[in-house]
Amino acid sequence: MLRFFLKRCLAMIPVLFVVSVLAFAFVHLLPGDPARMMAGPDADVATIEAFRQQLGLDRPLPEQYVRYIGKLLVGDLGISLRTKIAVFDEIALRYTPTMVLALCGMAWSVVFGVLFGAIAAIHSGKWQDYTAMLVSVSGISVPQFWLGLLLIQLCAVYLGWFPVAGYSGKWQELVLPSLTLGATVAAIMARFTLSAFLEVLGEEYISTARAKGVRERLVMWKHAFRNALIPVVTMIGLQFGFLLGGSVVVETVFAWPGLGRYMIEAVGVRDYPVLQALLLLYSFHFVFINLVVDMVYALINPEIRYE
Amino acid sequence: MEHNVVSPFDLFWHKFKKRRTALVAAVFIVFLVVVAVFAPLFAPHDPMTTDYAQSMQPPSLEHPAGTDVYGRDILSRIIYGSRISLAVGFTSVLVGALVGVTLGLISGFFGGFLDGLIMRTSDVLFAFPGILLAIAIVAILGPGLVNVVVAVSVFSMPTFARIVRGSTLGLKETLYVRAARSVGASRRRLMFVHIMPGTLSGVIVYFTMRIGTSIITAASLSFLGLGAQPPTPEWGAMLAESRDYIGVADHMTIFPGIAIFLTVLFFNLFGDGLRAALDPKLK
Repeated sequence: MLRFFLKRCLAMIPVLFVVSVLAFAFVHLLPGDPARMMAGPDADVATIEAFRQQLGLDRPLPEQYVRYIGKLLVGDLGISLRTKIAVFDEIALRYTPTMVLALCGMAWSVVFGVLFGAIAAIHSGKWQDYTAMLVSVSGISVPQFWLGLLLIQLCAVYLGWFPVAGYSGKWQELVLPSLTLGATVAAIMARFTLSAFLEVLGEEYISTARAKGVRERLVMWKHAFRNALIPVVTMIGLQFGFLLGGSVVVETVFAWPGLGRYMIEAVGVRDYPVLQALLLLYSFHFVFINLVVDMVYALINPEIRYE
Repeated sequence: MEHNVVSPFDLFWHKFKKRRTALVAAVFIVFLVVVAVFAPLFAPHDPMTTDYAQSMQPPSLEHPAGTDVYGRDILSRIIYGSRISLAVGFTSVLVGALVGVTLGLISGFFGGFLDGLIMRTSDVLFAFPGILLAIAIVAILGPGLVNVVVAVSVFSMPTFARIVRGSTLGLKETLYVRAARSVGASRRRLMFVHIMPGTLSGVIVYFTMRIGTSIITAASLSFLGLGAQPPTPEWGAMLAESRDYIGVADHMTIFPGIAIFLTVLFFNLFGDGLRAALDPKLK
């Protein structure tokens, strides 16, 4: 297991390298002169030159890259162009709200997704199946920002159950945004659980269990459900990345003080150091999540380890 | 002996028409395309004409979906908006498919270094949720519909490349491809004439499924202010405008959202039906 872990970690290095090069290249991919972009549209020539020197943009590219990595390793992500505060501090401020939202959204989607998928599988071919799958395909088709607006309209403005937007640490504020964020993934989970469940139900040990007279309910929940959950567990990890992406939209709808909304603000005011840092941060998360998924999978399924 | 010849299309049609939801979806999509193409005939009003006396009117006979803040007819704006959503959805998937299929063919056919390069790059793109990638690309290129198409097509590419690479690997060892190779067919001919058609059923299924996702992503970008700019009648942008009037003029939120939802829903149902009919793994 340890060997597999180390091998998998080594395999991450080229991916992390590519990601860091891309994040580094981001500023250079911008049309025009990066120093001019950083200095702003009204800057005079002297200011632009000062920026160029300060950011080291007059150096050869490989040297710039090494300097960039060196700074990264000590947590220096640059200075926000808008607020003149260190990007690291800006991000630290918004990290927890985004993670709380994403974890909560994940929890909803696992609960609803697995439940709907299991119901559809157990009652395969009956109305429960069709209803669950109709809800699921609708969940995939509904744009998250619209679902968020509808929930605000119904549950916040008309029924007054929850606050309209914002986050100050109260659980009531978390309900609508996390439901919105989890909806799409719940729908994907339901479909996935259904197919995993149906596959397991076709296995011989299910027939054996039925043949020896185990009660149907026990067959479903003890024999089938547990085994069907194995692929679902790995799906949770893979969908977490998708959830983080979705948080950009949901945070904007609910005025959530997290990384996603920060990113949209940064795009709006062309705060490139912030964008660069966020892209890198998100990518690292995805690479790390993939690693965790692989590890969990190897723990569950020994065959993978000896490949 | 009488011998019934069943063409692949007959077989497909037989399976496809058994799924009634997919048939309904197909009919809706045709209807939507007709509406989009002949938008001026269907729209009761001009989508851009403002009339402040009619600001935020609830649905009525004159304005079936009500009016927005500027008194513009929402139904007409939705009808014109279908042009944008369908065009953006279709074009971005088409571009993604063209590039992805070519890369997948190259990757599977040549193998080796090119294969490694293309597949590792698509791994990196793959690890990134589409919307974030799209935002990064729009941040580089600047807001606007054309850039949204570019952004959305980029994240369709890796999947097309993977699907096509997978089937290419299998197809290049088949007897008929080896036969073609032995009579001296060029590599380009082998790739595009002999192998590519065999990969297309997977491509078609994914193409349809992808249109829905692309329409949502494009609308999301417009909602975030990165895509279509006002006063363009685009569904996502219309919803962004409606956000400040929740509880005041709810029809502004409801109708454009229904348009996106139904369009994406029917593309997904249609894709499901195609998959059921074309995927040999599903009976």
